[in-house]
Amino acid sequence: MMDWWLILDKIILVVVIFAISLGVAAYSTYGERKVAAVMQDRIGPNRAGPWGLLQPLADGVKFFTKEDITPNAADKFLFILGPSLFILTALMTSAIIPWGKPLHFGDHVFNLQVADLNVGILYILAVVSIGGYGIMIGGWASNNKFALLGALRASSQMISYELPMGMAIIAIVLMSNSLSIREIVDMQQGFHWNVFYQPVGFLIFLVCAFAECNRAPFDLPESESELVGGYHTEYSSMKLGFFLFAEYINMFISSAIISCLFFGGYHFPGIDSLDLSPNLAAIVSVCVLFAKIFFFIFFFMWVRWTVPRFRYDQLMRLGWKVLIPLSIINVLVTGAWLTFVK
Amino acid sequence: MQLTNRSKVASVKELNWVEKLYLPAIIKGMAITFSHIFKKKATVQYPEELRPIAPVYRGVHVLKRDEQGRENCTACGLCAVACPAEAITMEAAERMPGEEHLYREEKYAAVYEINMLRCIFCGLCEEACPKDAIYLTDRILPSNYARNTFIYGKDLLVEGVEPAKRVDISKRKKDYEMNV
Repeated sequence: MMDWWLILDKIILVVVIFAISLGVAAYSTYGERKVAAVMQDRIGPNRAGPWGLLQPLADGVKFFTKEDITPNAADKFLFILGPSLFILTALMTSAIIPWGKPLHFGDHVFNLQVADLNVGILYILAVVSIGGYGIMIGGWASNNKFALLGALRASSQMISYELPMGMAIIAIVLMSNSLSIREIVDMQQGFHWNVFYQPVGFLIFLVCAFAECNRAPFDLPESESELVGGYHTEYSSMKLGFFLFAEYINMFISSAIISCLFFGGYHFPGIDSLDLSPNLAAIVSVCVLFAKIFFFIFFFMWVRWTVPRFRYDQLMRLGWKVLIPLSIINVLVTGAWLTFVK
Repeated sequence: MQLTNRSKVASVKELNWVEKLYLPAIIKGMAITFSHIFKKKATVQYPEELRPIAPVYRGVHVLKRDEQGRENCTACGLCAVACPAEAITMEAAERMPGEEHLYREEKYAAVYEINMLRCIFCGLCEEACPKDAIYLTDRILPSNYARNTFIYGKDLLVEGVEPAKRVDISKRKKDYEMNV
């Protein structure tokens, strides 16, 4: 009997998280255009619905109704597999994020986390790496030189920045003695946010998150001014929509992971002193996490409309010559501090 | 000579280690973009909101009627001759008995067309007109999808008879500034 409850819980949670991920991603496109506009002294989308709030809907309808072109020379199967894989992996990463404190229905405890893997962080790194294949396969299957160049850039960029990202996480893991995201979040209760103990690690992780999401200033794989559209040059209709959408989902998930690893996840200083009932506390904790996530999504956009794109050699130099040595030193210092001082 | 005091001397000096971090510069840039959120927007939301235009603005033409609601135009063709873009064509017709309330003189324009895609809105037709019939107005030519919709016939050019439908062209009159 217990197992059926568990399965029902998880199905509800998966569907809700799926819907929220897609909704947030859709409204991120609207948010991005609004943020871009106000930072450039413009107004932004305001025609579809009140304040342009129906704009994502209009964009979605447009994507679905556009002609779906598959180039003659493209590999038909891989051409479809690329965007599918990319959006699949983007949605999969949300499984291990603890969205809040558990809800209580009588005796039944409803955990707001799909899977509390004891190797949650490794799961993220693994799934994110597979996401790189989506771009690579899509770019290669297009049989177009711009798409291929974009795909090559994406894959080499992802490989280069996964290393310092992993190293930054290792420092966190050393401090918390756990690979489970929920345990890392619970360790940061109160105001013991990891960002205060690991500022360098946070900086490295942030930069790598930008690179992994292919966001400006690391948007070389799709740099429209040099590579037409990069890896999605040949894509049209909803296949293109999948690529663009997956990018925004990645941004959402990255923001969630940054919040969980460095900013206390669903914890907020003073939340325990409010003496709320468990269920209310759970709802407040979800809101706190989402406030942090939305701030980081805004931060992603803010940076995009401020910093110009890196040149490719600058990107590689930053990755291999700056971030990797810095992250190794960070791990060493953290380890030494934990061994000899604490 | 210095025109503004905002110019900065560019240099190719080696960056010191703080500058090499790029972070201070990025934070400075982000402060600038953030401050722009609260600045006045430059956007003019066109169909609802219009930028101020000069009183003598040369927009879409109007064919005037006199006080009794009769068309001024006699289809003399001087505007078509004056038009440097050759945008105006017309066909003349004779006024029949019983049409005196429609046309002021014995001859009138049965067809009067201005090709708005050819027109350069110079106002020479207005200057050439001896009958006070054609004037440019402050109305802006609306956009459209099909080219043939830009050939404006009498249905679009002639002003209405009712006082409310009259088009004010007093600002375009030669003696406007003297009267003001």
